[in-house]
Amino acid sequence: MKTVNILICGVGGQGVLLAGDIIAETAIAAGHDAKKSEVHGMAQRGGSVVSHVRYGDKVNSPLIREGEADVILSFEEMETARYLDFLAPGGAVIVNRQQVLPMTVATGQAQYPADIVDRIKAQVPNTKLCDGPALSEQAGSAKTINVVLVGALARQLDIPKDTWIATISSRVPPKTVEINRKAFELGYGG
Amino acid sequence: MKKLLSGNEAVARGAWEAGVNVVSAYPGTPSTEILENLATYPEVYAELATNEKVGLEVAAGASFGGARALTCMKHVGLNVAADPLFSMAYIGATGGFVVVTADDPGMHSSQNEQDNRYYAKMAKIPCLEPSDSQECLAFAKLAFELSEKFDTPVLLRLTTRVSHSKGVVELGRRAEHTPSGYVKDIAKRITIPAHARKMHVKVEERLRRLAEYGETFAGNTVGKGDKKLGIITSGISYQYARDVFPEASFLKLGLTYPLPKKLIADFIRSVDEVYVIEENDPFLEEQIKAEGYFVKGSCAYDNPVTGKDRVPITGELDPTVVARSFGLQREPPVQPIAVPARPPVLCPGCPHRGVFYAISKLKLVATGDIGCYTLGMMEPLGAMDTVICMGGSVTAAMGLEKALGPEMAKRTVAVIGDSTFFHSGITGLIDMVYNNAQGTVVILDNRITAMTGHQQNPGSGRTLQGQPAPVLSIEEICRACGVQDVRVVDPLDLKATEAALKAAAGHPGVSAVIAQSPCILIDKKFKPALHVDEDACVGCKLCLKLGCPAISFGGARKKSRIDPNFCTGCEVCASLCPKQAMKR
Repeated sequence: MKTVNILICGVGGQGVLLAGDIIAETAIAAGHDAKKSEVHGMAQRGGSVVSHVRYGDKVNSPLIREGEADVILSFEEMETARYLDFLAPGGAVIVNRQQVLPMTVATGQAQYPADIVDRIKAQVPNTKLCDGPALSEQAGSAKTINVVLVGALARQLDIPKDTWIATISSRVPPKTVEINRKAFELGYGG
Repeated sequence: MKKLLSGNEAVARGAWEAGVNVVSAYPGTPSTEILENLATYPEVYAELATNEKVGLEVAAGASFGGARALTCMKHVGLNVAADPLFSMAYIGATGGFVVVTADDPGMHSSQNEQDNRYYAKMAKIPCLEPSDSQECLAFAKLAFELSEKFDTPVLLRLTTRVSHSKGVVELGRRAEHTPSGYVKDIAKRITIPAHARKMHVKVEERLRRLAEYGETFAGNTVGKGDKKLGIITSGISYQYARDVFPEASFLKLGLTYPLPKKLIADFIRSVDEVYVIEENDPFLEEQIKAEGYFVKGSCAYDNPVTGKDRVPITGELDPTVVARSFGLQREPPVQPIAVPARPPVLCPGCPHRGVFYAISKLKLVATGDIGCYTLGMMEPLGAMDTVICMGGSVTAAMGLEKALGPEMAKRTVAVIGDSTFFHSGITGLIDMVYNNAQGTVVILDNRITAMTGHQQNPGSGRTLQGQPAPVLSIEEICRACGVQDVRVVDPLDLKATEAALKAAAGHPGVSAVIAQSPCILIDKKFKPALHVDEDACVGCKLCLKLGCPAISFGGARKKSRIDPNFCTGCEVCASLCPKQAMKR
């Protein structure tokens, strides 16, 4: 099979790295080779965070080449825009309906690009919006936004739903398994 | 059993499987998880060393006793530990002795992108370079065997992408290693000149045997592909090159020092053209070219070798950069859209913020240091002037004072974190006292080593493996070093912090201000969030000068706002607001 490339982006503290772990582990559970890559450290202090996940028969580079991401899963509206050059022809973008203001915007030195989602849609016809904040509340906890988004991604991929749910169940605290399962289903869309 | 492991986790696993007994290291991105993971194995003694030099020496002592020992550090940590490394290169190993360096191409969280393979060359010790997590495990195990077989320290060299990428790893069992015990051997372990002259002869002989070993070493592999193009590479660069040149022939080097010259010669002869693809410095390329492969027509085999004339020396490689270096990267179908930058910031509720606000307000020159608090340089705080290296804040302030006189000392403070102070700030402080300085050292004591992910330190009362430990008092250390004027202040109290800084800077003689408040992320017990009373707020924007991610400005009424999802209720903004607009 052709290697599947998923680029996940967002802001430090949003759960980007855990989502990347879940995706890579699910791919392995489904019988694929997988690699993922991200950078720890300075970037986690509220900075821009990106995680690359690749799976297939045999994965070499843990990093995706520009123009080869099948899906960009973005946890924050503006962050999506930064990584669009990674998208493959015909690739999909999933955008979480959430804005986190960078310091330059908070202090009034820069403007948050209010129309950013429309501009992304204009460039990428296959853009899907996911209301992570609302769906996670519906699931029972705002902390499940990352699992909602994993659900939205899973819908686009060829890995059975049960495999996803099994990985998620093993990665979240036991008490929150049900809430996270619901969050995944809501993201998946039924 | 198979598991998804990061390179760092796999190095820890490999060392454990090899029976490692003693681990001593100082945390540093991207190496930290090696130590953290080794600490979870009950069979291993693992400790947080005061600094990298200490870590390497503790591991050396363990090796003297016949234990298998490991130290790990970020690339610049090896600068700190270089002195004992070079001695150990002469002394060799009794129990397997492994030094792990995690280099940071691209400088994701470092001050330079030095290529530590040169340390192996300069110290004349073997360098192993894994290219994925599976090799991290295998090479960590192998490093102990090589160390004992060749009586040498082994440098296991990772880079950020190898350390922090995850891949599937086949796990093995631990082979228990029982330390052989201490046997006195002064000719081996006392590095006086008379001994060292003999040691050096042995080191050169060892290097010849290691080079011979490399010729047949299973980690140096030839992958036969298209004869038109051969690629010589190592580490993570191999993975990128494989994706960009799927048809090419490959010589992948796992042992990158010393190099297997015959293997390389045979490979170069077997292909029409050679690319050397490596990150940062031309470490392999220089050595290969020194053998006479240079440009078409001028060497014995007539095969041109291409390297840094195409592949950049600066910055991190990735498949895109490699492809672009050889004109193989197409324009992406979608272009990115320019949006405001999102640099990292001090967390909401961070106790360092109060100190930096006071420094900024008092317009002090602040020589800075390495840690989360380096972010105090960011606007709007802008409260840092210099960063050299771990501990360099104290000594840089001293130099400024001695160059420009006591007036400079009155408007300069050295800002250093608690862990950095233990690491290498104390020696600088003693230098100040001994040499009759007048400067001020501000120690940001948040009771933890925060930047690298909250490790314990000598001030926190716990060891790495969770044992209770004596709490070293920074205040008492300062006094014992001869500092007469020591002030302890709560940095969440802006007025007190400002007053302490002002008084300390003006004090004749060395002063220390210890800003003591735990990192807000240690127990994450936040107070209820504040909100802005919009009727009270006059829109003066004073609170924005704190650079708190929870505070923004705007809305229809042009007022300050507090995001309740970020606010930790530290009340620093409330104490600053002239209209008391921040309310619970």
